[in-house]
Amino acid sequence: MSSNNMNLTLKVWKQKNSQDTGRFETYQVKNVSEEMSFLEMFDILNEELIREGKDPIAFDHDCREGICGTCSMYIDGKPHGPWQANTTCQLHMRAYKDGDTITVEPWRANAFPVIKDLMVDRSSFDRIIQSGGYISVNTGNAVDANALPVEKDKADAAFAAAACIGCGACVAACKNSSAMLFLSAKVSHLALLPQGGPERKTRVLNMVAQMDKEGFGSCTNTGACEAVCPKEISLSNISRLNGEYIAAGLVSEK
Amino acid sequence: MKWSEFFTSSIGKKFVMGLTGIFLVLFLIVHVSINACIFADLPIFNAEDNGRMFNVAAHFMGSTVLIRILEYGLFIGILLHIVQGYALTVKNRAARGVGYAVNLGNRGSKWYSRSMGLLGTLILLFLILHLGHFWTKARFTDQLSPVTYNGVEMHDMFTRMKDVFASPLVVLVYILGCISLAYHLAHGFQSAFRTVGVHNKKYNILLTSLGYGFSIIVPLVFALMPIAMHFGWVA
Repeated sequence: MSSNNMNLTLKVWKQKNSQDTGRFETYQVKNVSEEMSFLEMFDILNEELIREGKDPIAFDHDCREGICGTCSMYIDGKPHGPWQANTTCQLHMRAYKDGDTITVEPWRANAFPVIKDLMVDRSSFDRIIQSGGYISVNTGNAVDANALPVEKDKADAAFAAAACIGCGACVAACKNSSAMLFLSAKVSHLALLPQGGPERKTRVLNMVAQMDKEGFGSCTNTGACEAVCPKEISLSNISRLNGEYIAAGLVSEK
Repeated sequence: MKWSEFFTSSIGKKFVMGLTGIFLVLFLIVHVSINACIFADLPIFNAEDNGRMFNVAAHFMGSTVLIRILEYGLFIGILLHIVQGYALTVKNRAARGVGYAVNLGNRGSKWYSRSMGLLGTLILLFLILHLGHFWTKARFTDQLSPVTYNGVEMHDMFTRMKDVFASPLVVLVYILGCISLAYHLAHGFQSAFRTVGVHNKKYNILLTSLGYGFSIIVPLVFALMPIAMHFGWVA
């Protein structure tokens, strides 16, 4: 397969820590196979950097099969790179050709401070989940599947929303750094199911309050989030979240 | 949840933007309908109306108590939309301290959906000029010539329009104002309904289509007014 190997120029954001101002560094990567994943290309570059005694590029990754939401590169102006409905780890080098220059940046948002190079701190998402993205039930035996009927359409919509892996691409793509697509997926997935019913109102109020506290912007419905989402979470979830919040906020007891 | 908490939350602020936006859309329907009365003078109608229909309609708007009360509501709505719009734009921009070297641009969204603050500012500048041309003149000055129909004296707004739109520069600025409005509405119309919580697929499809239709037709009819006046189509 060597005939399909390519030489690439990478412009990568390097930043020592959250206090450092950071800058772009240019790297030449040689002999990259088109069958490599984007992250494997970075692995090879890092091994070379280590051999040369240089600082390797820090980036987030975990499952490398598109389901964990850990990888987070902003590649040539698009979160997770040029492919649709795809994570960075599932991006393969056949998307590029010999001689290409690729610019790689970290997610940019005040609520996602850079830890090092391409790694950002997404614990703001964890705190939003902790503020209400769950249901409170005493554990016990699993109930029979037919004990709690769920309408098929709602089950499908809840499942589609639950596909959100919390990678933060929506925030990275949004001109307002809004976390509304993420939050709307989490709220929708529980609001659509009977198990989410009891805490439906407090959940949405608390989660939005936490989102605002973290410093994300407001949603202006541009649709950039939906366009880059690796799990194709629908923008209509944001409308549902708005409806849930307005209804809960306006009819709350206090 | 307190009222203050609701209206200072990110969704509460957007709720105000959406509601005032829909209210202003309703105002546009009234405004364009009343002003379209000038087209009674188009030669095809052969009416020789001389602006009477428009003048009487404008007089009705200016002299009816209920509409004068609604006028206060309109200004409150416009001010809320402007102030809240700027506050949100500033806050949203501030949410990303360090920008990107390469932007997503039009790959993820329409340029006008990302430029609502800019388009709104252009509309605001146009609005100041527009209010100076007509509303303040009619409300606070005696500069407009009177005209009498059936014994009722009223401002001759039709002649005022002809005078204002005699200048090609003014006509051009009005057309640019209408283009800004068109793009503002192309995103704002459907976005407002999403913001107040309309998530049903069939309504979103309907409202998006309706929004595009509205954003083309209403600004086009508005833009035709200075053009028609300037070129004497309705003289």
